[in-house]
Amino acid sequence: MVGSKRNLAWTIILITLVLMFFYLPIMSMIVFSFNSSRSLTSWSGFSLEWYKALFENREMMSAITTTISIALLSTLVSTVVGTFTAIGISKSKRLIKEIILNVNNFPILNPEIVTAIGLMLLYTTFKIEKGYMTMLIAHIIFSTPYVILTVLPKLRRLDPDLAEAALDLGCTPLQALLKVIVPLIMPGVISGALIAFTMSFDDFVISYFVSGNGVKNISILVYTMSKRINPTINALSTILVVIITIILLSVNLYDILKKKDLKEKE
Amino acid sequence: MKSFASLVKPYVVWMSLFIVIPMLLILLYAITDRGNSVLTFHFTLNNFLRFFDPVFIKVLWKSLEIAIITTIVCIIIGYPIAYVISNVSERLQGLLILSVTIPMWINMLVRTYAWISILSDGGIINSILAAVGLGPIKMMYTDFAVILGMVYNFLPFMILQIYTVLAKMDRALINASFDLGANRYQTFKRIVFPLSLPGVISGITLVFLPAVSTFVIPKFLGGGQYMLIGNLIENQFITVGEWNFGSAISLIMAMIIMGSMMLTKQVDKDASAQASNDGGKLW
Repeated sequence: MVGSKRNLAWTIILITLVLMFFYLPIMSMIVFSFNSSRSLTSWSGFSLEWYKALFENREMMSAITTTISIALLSTLVSTVVGTFTAIGISKSKRLIKEIILNVNNFPILNPEIVTAIGLMLLYTTFKIEKGYMTMLIAHIIFSTPYVILTVLPKLRRLDPDLAEAALDLGCTPLQALLKVIVPLIMPGVISGALIAFTMSFDDFVISYFVSGNGVKNISILVYTMSKRINPTINALSTILVVIITIILLSVNLYDILKKKDLKEKE
Repeated sequence: MKSFASLVKPYVVWMSLFIVIPMLLILLYAITDRGNSVLTFHFTLNNFLRFFDPVFIKVLWKSLEIAIITTIVCIIIGYPIAYVISNVSERLQGLLILSVTIPMWINMLVRTYAWISILSDGGIINSILAAVGLGPIKMMYTDFAVILGMVYNFLPFMILQIYTVLAKMDRALINASFDLGANRYQTFKRIVFPLSLPGVISGITLVFLPAVSTFVIPKFLGGGQYMLIGNLIENQFITVGEWNFGSAISLIMAMIIMGSMMLTKQVDKDASAQASNDGGKLW
C-alpha cells in the first residue's frame, strides 16, 4: 500500500518522531549517568563516579540482589504451578474451567493497587510479618495467572489423543505429562516464564504495599529515594538498558539468521 | 485423563487463599468501622458516603479526565504508527516493533523519572528554548507533564495491540476493495478500520486501566500535591492509615473500571454488528 514517495516521507517522519519520543528520556538518562556533578539537568563533565558509587552503595546492591532473586524464584514457581494448572484446566469439566479462569482473571483485570491492598490486608489480618517472603509470595500470585493464560492456548491446539496414546503404550501419567505434554507446549511455557520474569523484575506497586522490614527492590528504592535521587540510579538503569538491549538484539538476530539459514537450505 | 484434571486442585486452594480472600477482605474493610481487629467490627456504609464529599468527587473526575485524555492521545498517535509499521517490509517491522518494546523493559519509575530532567525549568527543552530566546515554559507539575508521562508509559501497549491486528489482516481484502473501485480513503474507512477495531479496543483497555489507577506518574511529574485516585488510595493506606476508607475507595475505583470495560466491550460488539450490517448491504 505504501507506494508513492510522499507516503514514504510520511512514514519516515512519523517513525523518527515516535522513536525520538521513546528514546529521548532514555538517552538523557544514559548521558547524565556519566555526569561529574550530582545534577540531572546540567552537564558538567564526564566521569564514572556514579558507577563507582553504585557498586559501593550497599542499599542499592541489596536492592539489586532482592530484585533478581525474587524474579528468578517467582518465575520458577509460577511457571511450574501455572503450567501444571493449565494442563489440569484443559482436562477439567467446563463449569470448573470457567470458574477457575474467572477467578484467575481477577489479578489481571484488577488495577495493581487493588491486588496490592488485598494482599496487604491478608498479611495483616493473619499477622504475617511483611518482608522478603511476603514479597516473593505476592510475586508468585500475580505472575501465575499470566503463565496459565499463555500456556492454555498451546494446550488447546494439542491433539488430546497424544496423552492417551502415551498411557496406552505404558507410560505412567507422570511420564505422559513430563515426556509428552510438557515438551509439546514448551514454547508457551517459555513465553509464560518470560512474562513472569519481566512482571516480577519491573513490579513496583504490589511490592511497595507488601514488603517491609527494610526489604526493597529496585523500584521501591527509586520511589523512596525520589527527592534525594542522584545519578547512581541512572548508572544502574544504563547497565540494565545495555544488558536488556544486548539480550533482545541477540535473540532477534538469532531468529533472523535462522530464517536465512532455512531459506538457503531450501 | 481424569488424573490430569486433578492437577488444578492445588491451584484452587492457592487461588482461594490469595485471590478470593484478599478481595473479601477489601470488601469487609470497606463496609466496617475503624478498628483493625477482625473480631470487633461493626457494619457501616459511612466509608462509601464519605467519598461523596466534593473534594473526593473532584479527584475522581480529575482521574477519569486525565485517563480519558491519555487514552485518546494514545489512539491518535498509536494508530498511525501501528499502521505505518504494518506496511513496511517484514524485517523492518520486526526491528521497529523491537524498538517500541525495548523501553517497556526499562523500569517504569526510572523512565518516568528521566522525564524530569527533560521537562524541568532548567531542563533540556527549556535550555533549547532559551538558546533561541524563548521560554522558559513551566511544564513540570502540570497536567501536561502527567499526561505526557502516562502517554509515554502506555503508548507501546496501544501500538502493539493495533499492530497485531493490522499485521494479521488479510491483504486480499484490501486488494479486493481496490479492485472493486474503492479509493484509499474508502478502503481504509470501510475495510481496514472496522477490521482493526478489536485491536483498538484491547489497546483502550490496556491504556485506560493503568492510567486510572497509577500513582507513581502523578507523584513524579505532577508533584506531591497532585492528587489522582491512585494517590488518594496510597495516602489512605500508607500515610493516613484509614484502611477502611481506603478499601472503600479501591472498591469504587474497581467498580468504575469494570463498568467502563463492559461499556467498551459493548461498543465493540455494536460496532462489529454495524460493520457486518454494512457488509450485508453490499450484497
